[in-house]
Amino acid sequence: MEHFEADVLIIGAGGAGLRAAIAAAEADPSLTVALVSKVLPMRSHTVAAEGGAAGVTQAHDTLDNHFNDTVHGGDWLCEQDVVEFFVSRCTQEMVQLEHWGCPWSRKPDGNINVRAFGGMKIERTWFAADRSGFHILHTLFQTSTKYPSIKRFDEYFCVDLIVEDGRAQGATLLSLSTGEFTAISARSVVLATGGAGRVFRQNTNGGIVTGDGMALAFRHGVPLRDMEFVQYHPTCMPGTGLLFTEACRGEGGYLVNKDGYRYLQDYGLGPVSPEPRNKAMELGPRDRLSQAFWHEERKGRTVETPAGSVVYLDLRHLGKAKLKERLPLICELAEEFMGIDPADAPIPVRPAVHYTMGGIPTDIRTATPIPGLYAAGECSSVGIHGANRLGSNSLTELFVFGHVAGDEAVKFAKGAPAVNAGRNLEQAKASAAKALALRDQKGAGERHADLRKEMALTMEKGCGIYRIGSEMQETCDKLAELKRRFANVTIEDRSAAWNTDWVAALELGYQLDVAEAMAHSALERRESRGAHQRIDGFEARDDEHFLAHSLAHYREGASPEITYGPVKITKSKPGERAYGALGEALESKKEATHV
Amino acid sequence: MSEAATLTKTVELRILRYLPASDESPSFRSFQVPYSDDMSVLQALQTIKDTLDATLSFRWSCRMAVCGSCGMMINGEPRLACNTFLRNLPPGPVTVEALKNFPIERDLVVSVGDFVKKIESIYPYIIPKEPKTVAQGTYLQTPAQLAAYESFSDCINCMLCYAACPQFGENPDFIGPGAMALLQRYNGDSRDGGQQKRLDAIAGEDGVWSCTAVGICSEVCPKHVDPANAINQNKTNSAFDFFLHYLRKDAAQ
Repeated sequence: MEHFEADVLIIGAGGAGLRAAIAAAEADPSLTVALVSKVLPMRSHTVAAEGGAAGVTQAHDTLDNHFNDTVHGGDWLCEQDVVEFFVSRCTQEMVQLEHWGCPWSRKPDGNINVRAFGGMKIERTWFAADRSGFHILHTLFQTSTKYPSIKRFDEYFCVDLIVEDGRAQGATLLSLSTGEFTAISARSVVLATGGAGRVFRQNTNGGIVTGDGMALAFRHGVPLRDMEFVQYHPTCMPGTGLLFTEACRGEGGYLVNKDGYRYLQDYGLGPVSPEPRNKAMELGPRDRLSQAFWHEERKGRTVETPAGSVVYLDLRHLGKAKLKERLPLICELAEEFMGIDPADAPIPVRPAVHYTMGGIPTDIRTATPIPGLYAAGECSSVGIHGANRLGSNSLTELFVFGHVAGDEAVKFAKGAPAVNAGRNLEQAKASAAKALALRDQKGAGERHADLRKEMALTMEKGCGIYRIGSEMQETCDKLAELKRRFANVTIEDRSAAWNTDWVAALELGYQLDVAEAMAHSALERRESRGAHQRIDGFEARDDEHFLAHSLAHYREGASPEITYGPVKITKSKPGERAYGALGEALESKKEATHV
Repeated sequence: MSEAATLTKTVELRILRYLPASDESPSFRSFQVPYSDDMSVLQALQTIKDTLDATLSFRWSCRMAVCGSCGMMINGEPRLACNTFLRNLPPGPVTVEALKNFPIERDLVVSVGDFVKKIESIYPYIIPKEPKTVAQGTYLQTPAQLAAYESFSDCINCMLCYAACPQFGENPDFIGPGAMALLQRYNGDSRDGGQQKRLDAIAGEDGVWSCTAVGICSEVCPKHVDPANAINQNKTNSAFDFFLHYLRKDAAQ
């Protein structure tokens, strides 16, 4: 087996991993940074982010506004010291991306432009048309090529972490093109592997979003935090789940039901106004909008289609010119995939799973409970999203905390003793043998593709927009069954080069672990908060018992154990979370008392 | 059409298979897949992999024509599988092959390493004209200045243009349309001062002059990047550059 020795190992080369790699290379060019990705970096799922990235930039906006929007949006389950740090770093990261060439959209005078986004009081979302993630990812990837200390391992799949002497010391990788294993030893390791939305059926995520890093850390004893909080994005393509960005509504789009009625006014989000109004109607937060859809469906006010019931995203009044300038990708998607020109007809949409709020818990410096192991981006739970993420906070998170992770990993690497190369290689050989055993197991003819479909269906049924104890229990039971049947999987492909049959089975193993963490955390949370809404007697938020982070602990051969940890509250005491007219009234009352 | 009727309708995919461990050369194999109006070629391939033959290998991820993974030859044309819909293809079998002009690693998976090296070779990053610290804030760039390079920044690196390019087919060392578009993306950026460095990189015989102006690269681009235009601009720039170089040499003597 090949054995590569690096100083810092970064697993995942999307927005967070690339930002971490550049930070590490800049912090100390003499260190070798190994950057591993199971796809070419520019294929990473950051590429699909559309709307933009938050950073306070207008004179009438403040960091406090961004802080409050984020903490309220997260239904007070955020780590407030982390949010405060986050909002203070956002804009400088946006400027840094600008210097690296990101083609941010501009105002006529040449300054960067910002747009409105859901749950944000003032416009602060930097955007590059509606291909923000694409442009950011390509900018970061291309910029990363100028640092000779970054050694890329493109199309290498991580089968295990190496934890030796109580600290992270590397990883075992499978080269997809050759089927050969490589061990990488490093004095510090950063996980930047993205989310896990593919465990659900209708989702906006790319096929690669399989929770790899979460499962790897989980299996090494790191509890996964707040996994029950899974974001449904309200405006997605029926059937495929592909995303129509929130920027459609930021630019002024309407959501209407089958009667052409802007139904959000019935769910505490009014008043209705023709122009977009921040934190009201279509610019409410994602959890509330997806919940409103669910109610409309129950009331029979949605439209039935073969791909499920839908409402309409109406962009016609924005006009062709604005659509082409601000939302070209949306127009392309609607036209190519659905045969609809958004300038002429409203787009049928429904909610789909979009984002994993929870993940690998880290402190404000991105350190996980395992010494030398850091995590950043969607795979992590640094604490800024709470129970519901605001749109455009997650892209910025990649750069703020990717940067921190790169710096911290360098610091740790420089202070850490040498790796135990011999022991690391032994571990890598054992991990490789385990992966090969799955490939070659006789099994009982079970297809992993079937298990994957059943998993996605049961997650949608039990852990959807609204949740019921008995259904969540059924999902937990089903997942346990699927894990048992996983042992019966027979891989048809026993070859070495590009064995995607085998890799998909390895990914399914990760997905099942992550899905269990989600379902059990959901079942145990007997309250409603943010994206976790129950309709079986736990409809209210219960701060007395559940103003707490859930922690799912991995147990080999058993379902995870759920415990709870404290939430850091600094300057925002939990209060009523309101949008629209009520939200505005509460806010002016609060401002009045502060005067 | 009733659901049962939809399900009984099938489509045949003729797929060029190649397993390096057992096959001497690639050969076609046919699969029948249930047809539906909204099915993409990618979904048809996924159906084959999930239900008929798990050994079929291909790259894919985003499903929405932005990650650039799923380029392949569909009925002889370079296309993205995810945004090519069966309903838009002529009736009869659909032929699917690995992207032309690249070595096949397996089935529909081609080698991408050389392409990535080409991208890396043209200094694909801002070389600032006037360096600035983050504390000094953003550069000004008017919408017109943005428009000067914006379309070239839309390239998703799907390599369809390389599969279409006859010149690249003849000479794999040709820098090729995608990398030229990327070069133009940075050379056209008002913040950048690295033009000379990049022009030097493409002045050799495998650079911009290898292009024979067929223009098919722009026709197959799924993102309307127009690499042919980038190449033409750089031929002009490169010619001008050559001329200047000559004058400078003259002056030095």
